[in-house]
Amino acid sequence: MSDAAAAPRSLSRRRLLGYAGAGAAVGAAGFAGGMGSARATDGRTGPGIGRYPFHGRHQAGIVTPAQDRLHFAAFDVTATSRAELLMLLKAWTAAAEAMTQGRPVGDGTPLPYDAPPADTGEATGLHPGRLTLTFGFGPSLFRDAAGEDRFGLADRQPAALRRLPHFPADDLQDRRSDGDLCVQACADDPQVAVHAIRNLSRIAFGSAALRWSQLGFGRTSSTSTSQATPRNLFGFKDGTANLKVEEAADVEKHVWVGADDDGASWLEHGSYLVARRINMTIEPWDRTSLREQEQLVGRDRAQGAPLSGGTESTEPDLDIEGNDGQPLVAMNSHVRLAHPSQNDGVRMLRRGYNFTDGNDDLGRLDAGLFFIAYVRDPETHYIPMQTKLSRDDGLMEYLRHTGSALFAVPPGVRAGGFVGEQLFS
Amino acid sequence: MKHTRLAAALVAGVSLPALAACTSNSGSGDAADGRTISVTSSADDCALSATSAPSGRLVFKVKNTGTKVTEFYLYAADGKRIVGEAENIGPGLSRNLVVNADAGTYVPVCKPGMTGAGIRKALTVTASGEKSNATGAVQKQVESANTAYQEYVEDESTRLLAGTKQFVAAYTSGNDAKARRLYPTVRVHWERIEPVAESFGDLDPKMDAREADLEQGKEWTGWHRIEKDLWPPAEADEAYTALTPEKRTDYADRLLSDTEILHGRIGTLTFTVDQIGNGAKSLLVEVATGKVTGEEEIWSRTDLYDFSANIDGARVAFEGLRPVLKAKEPALEQQIAQRFTVLEAMLDRYRVGADGFVSYDKLTTEQVKELSDAVNALSEPLSHLTAAVTL
Repeated sequence: MSDAAAAPRSLSRRRLLGYAGAGAAVGAAGFAGGMGSARATDGRTGPGIGRYPFHGRHQAGIVTPAQDRLHFAAFDVTATSRAELLMLLKAWTAAAEAMTQGRPVGDGTPLPYDAPPADTGEATGLHPGRLTLTFGFGPSLFRDAAGEDRFGLADRQPAALRRLPHFPADDLQDRRSDGDLCVQACADDPQVAVHAIRNLSRIAFGSAALRWSQLGFGRTSSTSTSQATPRNLFGFKDGTANLKVEEAADVEKHVWVGADDDGASWLEHGSYLVARRINMTIEPWDRTSLREQEQLVGRDRAQGAPLSGGTESTEPDLDIEGNDGQPLVAMNSHVRLAHPSQNDGVRMLRRGYNFTDGNDDLGRLDAGLFFIAYVRDPETHYIPMQTKLSRDDGLMEYLRHTGSALFAVPPGVRAGGFVGEQLFS
Repeated sequence: MKHTRLAAALVAGVSLPALAACTSNSGSGDAADGRTISVTSSADDCALSATSAPSGRLVFKVKNTGTKVTEFYLYAADGKRIVGEAENIGPGLSRNLVVNADAGTYVPVCKPGMTGAGIRKALTVTASGEKSNATGAVQKQVESANTAYQEYVEDESTRLLAGTKQFVAAYTSGNDAKARRLYPTVRVHWERIEPVAESFGDLDPKMDAREADLEQGKEWTGWHRIEKDLWPPAEADEAYTALTPEKRTDYADRLLSDTEILHGRIGTLTFTVDQIGNGAKSLLVEVATGKVTGEEEIWSRTDLYDFSANIDGARVAFEGLRPVLKAKEPALEQQIAQRFTVLEAMLDRYRVGADGFVSYDKLTTEQVKELSDAVNALSEPLSHLTAAVTL
């Protein structure tokens, strides 16, 4: 946190454009929480103007109030030595420090006219966009498909860091799944997010190759009470009951890897990132009656209130029955099945995004939800719930899981350090 | 065929100073360390923000505030030898000049209007501990690199001409089997010097155009026209009429005649290190955009021959510049060399016989991705070659 104020050096994008202090000294996110690296420190208001500190106990981009846009990328490491892998992580860290603070890659050091520019340039003149870059390590970084220890890290692989199991009805594509490394780039400006992934990919050439990436155009979760609940492409409010940064005790309990957890020697204050590309069969959904839509979700569409009554923020009453003797919040409704009371009290911090990747050959939208969740332990906080949802959730009729990945997200980076350095020490 | 704008730099490219007083590419360029000097070139002044600077990497930020196109030169103490130059700076524009300068006195010069002796100033570079490792030996290496590359291009051009003669003879005489055998191995000599060959904008479209490259209504000639005739599409895919012997002779004669013109022109070319460096980079662009994707040889599927030949040509360019690069940026030299080796070893896995390669359509998606990753891995450091050897 303390590094935050020191941020802009001579070449912040803002200064290049000469945006002199045009705004009140209010955190961009508009809340006064002090959680980890969650607070924007740029003294300006307005969408996309703020910056979040890159350094801190936790990586930014987790409890950070969810930005509007996403570019998520997974990489295969092509380097064969630990030294090369370390060089990549250090180079990524330097670039991330610069880009999240609105500075260009290379910090604007002039290069000869006959050299390609260090930064690709398309973010020049844009606001920092509250860009966060969150890095993760996949199970295959530790052991390859044959079980070989690739970089001398195998003995530090937590048991929970393994490929997610096959869930009922999974329809996964290799080219949308897994990866040795991941980078979640979130920003309020899509060009800022894409610029970040593009430059990190470029830096990685020779050490890691882009395996798959996903754009998300609208957040489907709120991670702070300061944010209104957004809607997913089903047209429903999503993430009403999401774990939020203000719930400090629950965040500690459900998101961050604790000192006594498996892998804590390097993963304490880190987390696990579950990524699922979930296609929605949009056209059939749109032909579905509002009655069925609401029953499948368990909330009303207009307000997002549970069908048991109240307002959006009202806890659903899972017992209350209608005149047919059936619970108002149906047994196969999404809200019921995902409710903590039905899942041993576990919660997760969701940070998903709507996506539309054009359309398929039949003229159907290739659209859905790119689900991202941060959990303390996928074995307890994700796999049981997803198993149940995939099996019982009525919404599954309109969903198709096409991509899947799990990453361990190391703790935050200290000033002068690099991403994941605890893993290598 | 294609990307003539990439190739244009090779022949029409601005010649860079053959050699500045150079050292490795170090230093941060941070404005606070005195290594960045602002130069304002106006109608009647060449204003420098400093009159002295520490030795090593220096950045001149040249801004043209005048109304004429200007140039900025950094001359050695004799006022003649060019240490670095920024040319063709339009009114209102700025450009950076990066040089490595040893301790000594220098003559910075602005030339508004690009004529005359210019407006001359003085700059003292003081010893900072950062030493130049450029010597007279490097200058010699530059010269020998230029000559060696010229010889290579000529040699490949000679082989291309000789091979083309054999190829068209087989083709016009109806010996299709021999023509098919010769097609990829002769084209190797084109592909090795492709950026040079492509730089002749009148010949390249006639000799190396793919069917999809053509403007509507234009006649398709050259290598790929004959390729399609030798490997005609399956009947189910496209109704194709084989060329008559007369048409065969016509296309063959024209290809040979264009190759002779090309060979004549290549004999007059000379090269500079920046052209060689940019040529290497262009060859990798060819691989990345046409060869690894299998878009070059859609009928013969001999893309890997071209792929390998592009890499051969880039390797020769790199080897020629290698001593210079080693003196200036040894880390970059090591990295490029290592990545060439990885890519070449990968290509070797697809060799068949003495000089052949498996058909492109035998490659799996995973194999293509692996090759593409290796091309990217090499291309990225190679894109810094020109600046490194000319700095």
